[in-house]
Amino acid sequence: MPVARVLPLAPGNMIRLDNVSKVYTRGARPALDGVDVEIERGDFVFLVGSSGSGKSTFLKLVLREERPTSGNVYVAGRHLNKLSSWRVPHLRREIGAVFQDFRLLPNKTVFQNVAFALQVIGKNRATINSSVPEMLELVGLAGKEKRLPHELSGGEQQRVAIARAFVNHPPILLCDEPTGNLDPGTSVGIMRLLDRINRTGTTVLMATHDDEIVDQMRKRVIELKGGHVVRDQDRGVYGLERA
Amino acid sequence: MRLRFIFGEVWNGLRRNSTMALSVILVTFVSLTFVGSAALIQVQLGQLQDDWYGKVEVSIFLCPENARTEQCAAGPVTTVQEDSIKEVLDNGAVGDLVQSVYYESREEAYEKFIAQDSDGVFSSLTADQMQPIFRVKLADPEQFQVVADATAGLPGVETVQDQREIFSDLFRFMDAATLVTAGLAIVMLVAAILLITTTVRLSALSRRKETNIMRMVGSSRSLIQLPFMLEGAVAATAGAVLAVVTLWFGVRYLVEDWLKQSVDWVQYVGGDDVLNVAPWLLVIAIGLAAVASFITLGKYTRA
Repeated sequence: MPVARVLPLAPGNMIRLDNVSKVYTRGARPALDGVDVEIERGDFVFLVGSSGSGKSTFLKLVLREERPTSGNVYVAGRHLNKLSSWRVPHLRREIGAVFQDFRLLPNKTVFQNVAFALQVIGKNRATINSSVPEMLELVGLAGKEKRLPHELSGGEQQRVAIARAFVNHPPILLCDEPTGNLDPGTSVGIMRLLDRINRTGTTVLMATHDDEIVDQMRKRVIELKGGHVVRDQDRGVYGLERA
Repeated sequence: MRLRFIFGEVWNGLRRNSTMALSVILVTFVSLTFVGSAALIQVQLGQLQDDWYGKVEVSIFLCPENARTEQCAAGPVTTVQEDSIKEVLDNGAVGDLVQSVYYESREEAYEKFIAQDSDGVFSSLTADQMQPIFRVKLADPEQFQVVADATAGLPGVETVQDQREIFSDLFRFMDAATLVTAGLAIVMLVAAILLITTTVRLSALSRRKETNIMRMVGSSRSLIQLPFMLEGAVAATAGAVLAVVTLWFGVRYLVEDWLKQSVDWVQYVGGDDVLNVAPWLLVIAIGLAAVASFITLGKYTRA
């Protein structure tokens, strides 16, 4: 039986891309080109850049939805290039994922949507009955357990999605444009929630176009352009010109 | 918890795709009824062969008086020749293949012949004109040719006849009927596989949101795929059960109640034979579902 690989890098690294390139179609421009990034445990990182800059590819490589064309990807102590497909589910249990379109199950209640994430990884009913209300309390949805997604506002739906992503307490939370469908006021609430989750020691990597939020939060910013990292700045802002 | 979840998903899937599930049940039912029928026809054929071949004999006709055939040019069979033929059958190379030998004398052959000639057409025949016959029962009727080869050329033997030839046309017809049924069964099985594949694919597509979330939160591939596989298996098994019930009623009412009353000298297949075929039909049904799921799910629920 293969043994899980331990990161050949400094302790504390949660995500590391080592000279990573990704080409989807032979001959086409690479989606990522020689990217070197290290993200520490407990970091809050914004991944910014225009459409087609490589943000989604970056997240897909971390989730092992794609494999790099060259270079090495390490996530949560695993070398993803060498990770067999049957071990991928174990990796994903260590990564919570939140998306712009919430991706909730419309015929399940708030409670059932969050519980679903635990059910499908084989958690018992007692764990589910204690973890889900706790998580709904954390995201500010206590009392709305029995609502269906269409009975909630956009912000509330995103909170359910965050609760589902975090209910298993993964060490990494990936957020792909989580405020993309929300008004500015609601977005602030979501960002406060993500910040709170980050303070528990969870590494948060968030791809976004929302300059106001990036500017307000003053967290680490990695900017991608044409598949290259053009900026990696602590306490950064959205655009280069504002740095 | 997982079992509850899996069965919940299976139930939901069957409920959501109820018309497709029904069509899988029906096509599996029809195809397995054909498969079962082909199997039962084969069982029936086997029984008939055992039954009839056990009764039939190999007849060695010995040279009569005034025979015109080349084999009997030397005249009628002599006692010495008869003894040597008997010796070959009892202790020769084919001795092991022979179960019993009965010598039918001219007089016996004559009496049998006359007894069957109720119209008296052959009343002018005499016993001397008849030919003596060795009636040979074989331990294994399939070994006829070996015994025929060993005796056909012996002095005093005119011809060797296997009574099985009388039944051969009938068996050939029934073999052809089995082939047609088996051919139809194969076509129906292919249709069943394609239909189950389509059903599983539709089911997987209709629940893509769920399976994507399951992948995202780290559910194992087997847990993602199992409900779809079970859905196909449940529908196919239901079809197999229907096929078994239909075959059972078919044998019960068509063969045992009707055919047995009209043609009673044949040993027919019965309910026991249907029950013997039933497990195989279930195995085929589950196999069909497994093949269809394997073809489909890799693509639609990848990790």
